[in-house]
Amino acid sequence: MRGDDGVLALEDKLEMYRKMYLIRVFEERAEELYMEGKIWGTFHLYVGEEAVAVGACSALRTDDYITSTHRGHGHCIAKGADIKRMMAELLAKDTGYCRGLGGSMHIADVEKGNLGATGIVGSGIPIATGAALGCKLQKNDKVVLCFFGDGAANTGAFHESVNMAAIFRLPVVFVCENNMYAMSFSVKKAFALPDIAERAKGYGIPGVSIDGNNVLEVYETTKVAVERARQGEGPTFIEARTYRWKGHSKSDRQAYRTKEEVREWMNRDPIKFLEKYLREEKVKDEELENIKKQVEREIEEAIEFALKSPEPTLEEARRLVYA
Amino acid sequence: MPSREITYAEALREAMREEMKKDSQVFLLGEDIGVYGGAFGVTQGLIEEFGPERVIDTPISEIAIIGGAVGAALVGMRPVAEIMFFDFMTIGSDQLVNQAAKIRFMFGGKAKVPMVVRSPAGSGTGAAGHHSGSLESWFTHIPGLKVVAPSTPYDAKGLLKSAIRDDNPLVFVEHKLLYKTKGQVPEEEYYIPIGKADVKKEGKDITVIGYSIMIPRVLEASQILAGEGIDVEVIDIRSLRPLDTETIASSVKKTNRVIVVYEPPRFGGFGAEISSWVGEELFDYLDAPVVRLGGEEMPPPYNPNLERKIVPQVEDIVREIKKLVR
Ligand SMILES: Cc1ncc(C[n+]2csc(CCOP(=O)(O)OP(=O)(O)O)c2C)c(N)n1
Ligand SMILES: [Mg+2]
Repeated sequence: MRGDDGVLALEDKLEMYRKMYLIRVFEERAEELYMEGKIWGTFHLYVGEEAVAVGACSALRTDDYITSTHRGHGHCIAKGADIKRMMAELLAKDTGYCRGLGGSMHIADVEKGNLGATGIVGSGIPIATGAALGCKLQKNDKVVLCFFGDGAANTGAFHESVNMAAIFRLPVVFVCENNMYAMSFSVKKAFALPDIAERAKGYGIPGVSIDGNNVLEVYETTKVAVERARQGEGPTFIEARTYRWKGHSKSDRQAYRTKEEVREWMNRDPIKFLEKYLREEKVKDEELENIKKQVEREIEEAIEFALKSPEPTLEEARRLVYA
Repeated sequence: MPSREITYAEALREAMREEMKKDSQVFLLGEDIGVYGGAFGVTQGLIEEFGPERVIDTPISEIAIIGGAVGAALVGMRPVAEIMFFDFMTIGSDQLVNQAAKIRFMFGGKAKVPMVVRSPAGSGTGAAGHHSGSLESWFTHIPGLKVVAPSTPYDAKGLLKSAIRDDNPLVFVEHKLLYKTKGQVPEEEYYIPIGKADVKKEGKDITVIGYSIMIPRVLEASQILAGEGIDVEVIDIRSLRPLDTETIASSVKKTNRVIVVYEPPRFGGFGAEISSWVGEELFDYLDAPVVRLGGEEMPPPYNPNLERKIVPQVEDIVREIKKLVR
């Protein structure tokens, strides 16, 4: 963000607020479009987890990289994507980020440093590690931030990559979004450890477990990790604890969790948390309302753009198989 | 035999339930197969019936799921592993290809690996490039593995029961678009032998060979063609490896024309194996070259129109058959 000293100005915090709200409304409107049959297939909503993407990406330079996940809309927006092209991708249009060929689970915004979402859980972790290796070899001073879920932390790809990043001291920050479930599988069942961050010890890198619903805490923690990486001191493991409000994908009966649990986490809304903080900083309600209105307008424009856009053609798709 | 109509998914569930009841060594493992019931609901209710010791939810660890099945099989169990999408088979395939398939042979016949890996292949649900793959032909290239791909609830149940009883590692290819399709399944217990094709429709003008989702499409195409005076014979190979060449041969000798239809990209696909076998063994009976109708040479696209276009549909099958028969 603005200050390289890592101290956030009020306008930075307002920008965080705007982005978090943008993610929230993007997801809610996308869900409505799905219900109306305008989006097909499936997708994974980021509602409730906005503070992780926004806090973490705010600690990056614009030329730094991220790798994303199947639940990637939030990461993409936080890294500065054009929501018109995102919406167009969800509607499978030629004007979308992937020309309608990739869809929600494959959105990549390479110009902005987003090396892409992925449908193979855990597969972004080796790619982030490789990107960091590339940056190190190119001596370009860039850092890679790797988002992945609690579920992904149990893949073989995770282990191999974090170890390799650690021994090569690569400029990568591993951000584990612990939203308490991998589909139906609770972290209580999936780990024999209380904190996933404890895993870091086994790789000889720093690990920290933080409140992923507190955007300022996410920012500050990530900032330290990013600077460490940029100085050549190697990777850090950050476990950001958060919660997914919606079902895993569009076909989830949610038989594995209680309504009370969901409600409890909804009471810890990361957007409300920041709102409260901003009010305490004397930001006027009117200013927040203006931000919201602007965001809502932007989303409607994106939907209109997507609806009007043309579909991709088979001829063009054929040309894209090989470079 | 009295029968009733059930779905493909229900038929698979019945097969697992019956085999689990019969043999305490049969157990299931995979991601979200417990209370979630599997991503496509195939294992729904089984954890309630058999408990978490025999219906085991695992972390996202495909290597350990398939490798775990190999190890459990080595000590005498009969694991049935579920890999949520066929695309993820690539992750666990070291254990399948380098271990499961070769152990018996490399140990000089001193061990066996009776395991099944079930997984849904195929496109058509808008799930794009990482959730729509049809990689079955990869596994047919590995001696030691068996590969089956049923097209109806009846075949799904009978083949899965035989697969669980089989002493070899077996890849059981399901199709997402078939799970909700219905068909008659006997009340009584039955098994379908692995390695036996099924003539789904008799005809005299041309032999159409396929498996899985292509069978309902080929049957629909042959109805349309019947109206135009073309009498199609439809062979559902059901088992890709071992392959029932006898059934294929007797059909080709009758019709003298063959087309092989399959979903994955045409190049290097399973149709090439059938086509070259027919060319080598039945050349004298052929009135036309063996034709392969396969998918486009591209990853499954997200856009629904393109997704449909890259896989053989009823109209494509009709068109290609007409070209061959006219
Ligand atoms: C290799 C692989 N295995 C299984 C899946 C199916 N799947 C998709 S998302 C998911 C859960 C992922 O959990 P987590 O990493 O915690 O991310 P979250 O969905 O909670 O954001 C599963 C099992 C997959 N896409 N890829
Ligand atoms: Mg999770």
